[in-house]
Amino acid sequence: MVGIVVVSHSSKVAEGVVDIAKQVSSTVIPIMAAGGTSDGRIGTDAMKIKDAIEAVDQGNGVLIFVDLGSAILSAETAIDLLGVDTVEIVDAPLVEGVIATSVQVTLTNDIEDVKRVAHESKNMNKI
Amino acid sequence: MITSKLLLKSLNNMQIIIAENKEYLTELDAKVGDADHGINMNKGFKAVKAKLEDLADDSCDQILKTVAMTLISTVGGAAGPLYGTAFLKAAGVVKGNSIDDETLVEAFSAAIDGVQLRGKAVQGEKTMLDALIPAFDVFKEGIDNGLALEEALEKSVEAASEGVEYTKTIVASKGRASYLGERTLGHQDPGATSSYLLLKALYETVRED
Repeated sequence: MVGIVVVSHSSKVAEGVVDIAKQVSSTVIPIMAAGGTSDGRIGTDAMKIKDAIEAVDQGNGVLIFVDLGSAILSAETAIDLLGVDTVEIVDAPLVEGVIATSVQVTLTNDIEDVKRVAHESKNMNKI
Repeated sequence: MITSKLLLKSLNNMQIIIAENKEYLTELDAKVGDADHGINMNKGFKAVKAKLEDLADDSCDQILKTVAMTLISTVGGAAGPLYGTAFLKAAGVVKGNSIDDETLVEAFSAAIDGVQLRGKAVQGEKTMLDALIPAFDVFKEGIDNGLALEEALEKSVEAASEGVEYTKTIVASKGRASYLGERTLGHQDPGATSSYLLLKALYETVRED
C-alpha cells in the first residue's frame, strides 16, 4: 500500500487525524503521525517526519500531508535527507485529504491514483 | 583559515549569543510572527552545545553535519530546516580539519543556496537572506581582494547589520509574517537578526583567536 504521513505543528492534531483515518479505512493501513517537536512544543521536526516515512514505506511510495509553514519546510528536509523520489508532499487539506487517501490506499497501490483522490478532496463540498 | 577547534569555539559562541538574545529575538518575532524565534533558536543551539564536546576530534564537515542534523531535529520552527539545510550544504563543501578562506567563501555560498532552496525566497522578502546575501557579497569581495579573514568577516558583519536595518523598510512576503503584509513595515525581521548574530559570533571568535 501507499504510505501516509500526517504532519502538523500539533502532535494532537496529527494523531487525531490518524485516529480518524484508521477508523474510516476498512483495513490496517500504513499511516503515521509526525506532529509537534520531540520535546512536546508546537512545531515540526524533520527527523520525526523522516522516521515516519521510513516506517510507512512499503515500496509503493509515501504521501505526506501537512498543515502549513514549517511543516512544509520540515517535510521537504526529511525527503532530502532520505534522498528518494518516491515520497512527496500532497497539496490537499489535512483532514479531508488524509481521510480520502486512507480509503483509496486500500483500493490501489498506484501512487498517482491515490494522489489524484487526495487532490480532489480540495474540492469537496461540505454542505 | 578556520580549524576544527576554532569552528567548535565559534559554535559555542553562537550558542552564547543566541541565548543572550533569546528574549530579543522572540520580541521581534512577536511583532511579525508567532513569537517563538528566540525560544526555538535557543533550543536548537543548546542542543548543539551539548554535542560539542563529543565533536572535539571530528573533521569540520562532520561537525557542520552534526550541527545541521541537530538544528533540523530540535528547533521546531521554520528556522530549523532553514539553518539546518544551510549548515548541511556548507558541510558538503568543506573537508578535513580546517577550512581555508576560499573554501569558506564556497561554504558560505552553499549555505545561502541551501536557505534559498528550502525557503524558496529571494532577497527583499524580509527574511534571513536580507542579512546573509549582502554579508556574503562583502565577504567574498574581501577574500577575493586579499583581505585577512578577520577583516573580511568584520565587513561581512557590518553588511549583515545593514541588511537587518533594511528589513525594516520592506514588507514580508514569506512565512507567517506575510499574513500581516503592510503591517510588517517598520519592524525588523527576526530571521535576518539571528543570521546577523550568528555571523557576529563567528567574527568575534576569529578576532579573539
